Amino acid sequence: MRKVKIHITLKEGVLDPQGKAVQHSLKSLEYNNVHDVRVGKYMEVLVDDKEDLEAEIDKMCDQLLANPVIENYTYTIEEAG
Amino acid sequence: MKCAVVVFPGSNCDRDMYHAVKDELGADADLVWYQEANLADYDAVLLPGGFSYGDYLRSGAMAATSPIVEQIRAAAEAGKPVLGVCNGFQILLESGLLPGAMLPNKKLKFMCHTETLIVENADTPFTQQYKEKEEIQIPIAHGDGNYFCDQTTLERLRENKQVVFTYQTNPNGSAGDIAGIVNERGNVLGMMPHPERAVDALLGTDDGLRLFQSILTYWREHYAINA
Repeated sequence: MRKVKIHITLKEGVLDPQGKAVQHSLKSLEYNNVHDVRVGKYMEVLVDDKEDLEAEIDKMCDQLLANPVIENYTYTIEEAG
Repeated sequence: MKCAVVVFPGSNCDRDMYHAVKDELGADADLVWYQEANLADYDAVLLPGGFSYGDYLRSGAMAATSPIVEQIRAAAEAGKPVLGVCNGFQILLESGLLPGAMLPNKKLKFMCHTETLIVENADTPFTQQYKEKEEIQIPIAHGDGNYFCDQTTLERLRENKQVVFTYQTNPNGSAGDIAGIVNERGNVLGMMPHPERAVDALLGTDDGLRLFQSILTYWREHYAINA
């Protein structure tokens, strides 16, 4: 089995109101060195290993896990267990 | 005209939609559970608002993977009117039946009030009873209604007259003030405001009723020549 660690982030240019709110809160805590915050998602998916696993993960991300209109994704595949 | 109101786990405007077409419009209508529906039996498909699958992952994303979507796609390809309101709109976007995606409202608040919409295209199966540029009062109720698409798509939507409703005062940050769009063919409409909550003046506004009357007129003109 493999553990796939997937990061989903909003594309550049897509407004992230949540990130902006977090940024403002950091500022109110006097972290004046913070210039931007973008909030994304992180998922861990346990899958059976197979030869073309990456192609299948790409497909999973494009079909469901990310919305290609607004989001990008990256992932790493690790040995599970 | 026989309307299917598709009920997903978490739909909560299904009965309002049913009431609008059954009682106020006077059409035949059924509430159909998403796993048991046979949409081939219906003339129009209505996807109600709500929080299908608890809005997990992204609003409408899980519902968009259910097998009923292939039936909705087939209905759209057959030229039947398909209306998605609020969560129904989100499902149409997530399933690729309409272009674009929904983001959280710009101010991150769930908003529930009546908005003034402008009818940008009064030549669709859903709007022929309105006048172009007419201002109508329709309630909104959403947290993720901030429509997003890239600039190319936005220009294409405008060129093809696919932008059907805009907000007079943009409440949610939506690109191009968009409140509702149709597909290129014009028979699939997605909109965030709730016309089914605006079918009786007693409840504040009946500006939404003509949307359903438009569908009925369209159906009569195209499919019920002998009826």
